[in-house]
Amino acid sequence: MNKFPREKDISGCSIFGLINTDGEKVSGSVITDAISVMHDRANGLGGGFSGYGIYPDYPDDYAFHLFFDSVKAKEETEELINKHFLIEYDEKIRTDNSVNLPNKPLLWRYFVKNRNILSKDSEREETFKAVMDINNNIEGAYVISSGKNMGVFKGVGYPEDISKFYRLEDYSGYIWTAHGRFPTNTPGWWGGAHPFGLLDWTIVHNGEISSYDTNRRYLEMYGYRCNLVTDTEVITYLFDFLVRKNNLPLPLASKILASPMWADIDRMEEKKRELLKALRMTYAGALLTGPFSVILGFENGLMGLGDRLKLRPLLVGKNDNTVYISSEECAIRKICPDLDSVYRPKGGEPALFMLDGKYV
Amino acid sequence: MSNIIPEFNVDKNEDRCIKCKVCVRQCSEGVFKYFDEFDLIRIYNDKCIGCHRCEMMCPTDALTITKNTALYKENSHWSSYTINSIKKQAETGGMILTGSGNDKAYVSYWDKMLLDASQVTNPPIDPLREPMELRTYLGKKPEKVILKEENGDISLETKLAPQIKLETPIMFSAMSYGSISLNACESLASAASKLGTFYNTGEGGLHKKLYKYGKNTIGQVASGRFGVDTEYLDTCAAIEIKIGQGAKPGIGGHLPGEKVTVEISETRMIPSGTDAISPAPHHDIYSIEDLKQLICLIKEATNYEKPVFVKIAAVHNSAAIASGIVRAGADVIVIDGFRGGTGAAPSVIRDNTGMPIEIALAVIDQRLRDESIRNEVSIVAAGGIRSSADAVKAMALGADAVYIATAALIAMGCTLCQKCYKGKCNWGLTTQDPVLTRRLNPAIGSEKLTNLVTSWNLEIKEILGSMGINAIEALRGNRLRLRGIGLTELESKILGIEHAGM
Repeated sequence: MNKFPREKDISGCSIFGLINTDGEKVSGSVITDAISVMHDRANGLGGGFSGYGIYPDYPDDYAFHLFFDSVKAKEETEELINKHFLIEYDEKIRTDNSVNLPNKPLLWRYFVKNRNILSKDSEREETFKAVMDINNNIEGAYVISSGKNMGVFKGVGYPEDISKFYRLEDYSGYIWTAHGRFPTNTPGWWGGAHPFGLLDWTIVHNGEISSYDTNRRYLEMYGYRCNLVTDTEVITYLFDFLVRKNNLPLPLASKILASPMWADIDRMEEKKRELLKALRMTYAGALLTGPFSVILGFENGLMGLGDRLKLRPLLVGKNDNTVYISSEECAIRKICPDLDSVYRPKGGEPALFMLDGKYV
Repeated sequence: MSNIIPEFNVDKNEDRCIKCKVCVRQCSEGVFKYFDEFDLIRIYNDKCIGCHRCEMMCPTDALTITKNTALYKENSHWSSYTINSIKKQAETGGMILTGSGNDKAYVSYWDKMLLDASQVTNPPIDPLREPMELRTYLGKKPEKVILKEENGDISLETKLAPQIKLETPIMFSAMSYGSISLNACESLASAASKLGTFYNTGEGGLHKKLYKYGKNTIGQVASGRFGVDTEYLDTCAAIEIKIGQGAKPGIGGHLPGEKVTVEISETRMIPSGTDAISPAPHHDIYSIEDLKQLICLIKEATNYEKPVFVKIAAVHNSAAIASGIVRAGADVIVIDGFRGGTGAAPSVIRDNTGMPIEIALAVIDQRLRDESIRNEVSIVAAGGIRSSADAVKAMALGADAVYIATAALIAMGCTLCQKCYKGKCNWGLTTQDPVLTRRLNPAIGSEKLTNLVTSWNLEIKEILGSMGINAIEALRGNRLRLRGIGLTELESKILGIEHAGM
């Protein structure tokens, strides 16, 4: 499916995210309106969305969204899924085929439960391993999202076309992220579109990280396989690695990915200095350099983060109980003309917003 | 009578020569001899080692040293070097000795790797405008950091193993007091302290005069254990166990008694005038578990406050050895490639043993990653690093830092004549002759070394900026930014890099 598998994916982009911190849901058409304002930041070679809270009928099942290149890949995948999980329900993802998009893969979703009763941590680890197994070992099968009560919808096209294709207005969620892509390679490859998802993590990303291979080789020591050759994949895995596997709070994980300069760390008071020094030294392989701004979605929150030199745009707008994070202010104003406040987080400063208002 | 044809021609332009006799005084090899009765300077070509000291010191530019091209009839199999070696051995019955690193025409992989740079999609970073971080910490890192929380206050639970802080990923490699002069040692020590980096005592012990540079000193513990006592271990910032050296893997060292002056004997803690012999193996290390014991012993003796380095020569099973060294508890592994220098080694070993640092480094870094233990150790690459570009390529292959020594000697005047083992170095570097050591002023030596590393730092920052990278750790192991040029598929695979255009 990917014509240029050896090349690293490079793309410029528009990104957008919103969260209703009270958990009230909005339709996918809202975020479609916002991202479509930034049409010119994309080139029609990739668009996508992630929504949280969209599967109220199966809230406790892992929702697997898959791209298949062939029926054979689907059969092999189902055999593998069956080994680890009980499939509660599965179906072809409903699409509007009047939208003309190139190279459409077979799109399927599965709602699955672990076969064994496990703690939350080991349940997530089992699911992580199954996703890695499918992505690595089954040719032509790609798990594009694998969290609970959430899903990723993406493909080759402008975001507004992708939204129409997936009938996004039919879904409603309390967190949404969106992406319009301007790739300079991997044309026509659906897997290269954003958001990139693993468990309930999703990332939309604008930028190109110059530290890619350092990060990839670091992650591969800990069981991650980066076979999509995109920066986004690596960033997603780094969050998963630092937060889920190393139990670090998200704000500190952000200080690893976009670390303060040594000169700034040196000036901090002792306790904080020793903490950040230890994190930067230990997780040196997780430092991201080069331009990026990302929006990270997860089951109970949304976070924006820019690189430490702030080489790509990112701003935050707030209105009542809704927070918007976007590449450009115009996209926020389109869906919410009157904002209580707007600010631009500094490079490396995480903008974190939680469902109940507090990070735990 | 010797029947060896001289390697060099010393040509003196009589019109320019003013008979000042600088050449006579400068040449420690006795190439020039002045005959008072005839007011004549006689030249003995056969004694010339090609160090160019006379040429550079002659105030009227009257001297030119050239290679003796008429040496022997050209022969692509029997080179002049080979013929002369055979003749020397036939005359003496001894091994041919040499100094410095392997000078043979083996492939240099540094010259077959190109760096990537940023264009459009990823902006280059201008080091004159943006911070560019070279700071590096060497030492064992934990697999994960564990935090504790008290009243909402997050702090460290994990206690990190001891680390040393480098303001540049370039250190000065091991050269002992004995193999080099005290002035050369002091130049290195003082430059390391000015640069915020480290120099290494070799196995020459630590002269009292240099104790003040202790926090920039890596103290070596080698098979001879020269100069090692509690004070030595306490003074140095880190301790390096030397197992091997790139220029002479599997070979020990030998400082002849005549070089063991009173000061050297005090520093090495041996009687003056006796040979200082470093055995080929440590006689308490015949296996990896023995190495582990020595590592533990040193850690115990230094109260677990100093990182312990283990240095090995690059040999064919380095990767497996390195893995064992990590599991034996070393905090830093030093790998010394076959281009690395030596004060003295048998030519046959220097020229035919070991392997390129590029390959050893690439396979060791990958092996430690395959075993998920790369984070538990820092890797220092040594042996023939010639430039900032070589250093950057080493870090992209996976090194945390590099050691330089030959380049440091060159900065202090060395011209690579490779006669270090004779102890008559005209530049005052590899000699203990007080007439000669005076030629190196430690203040000037230190300034030259500081300049060299400062200029490399500037170049490294420029290279990082062009790659869109602003912290050295994001270069470490970033092999995608290295591309092979003219490498075979197998070589690319071993180095773990793609070919240019891929």
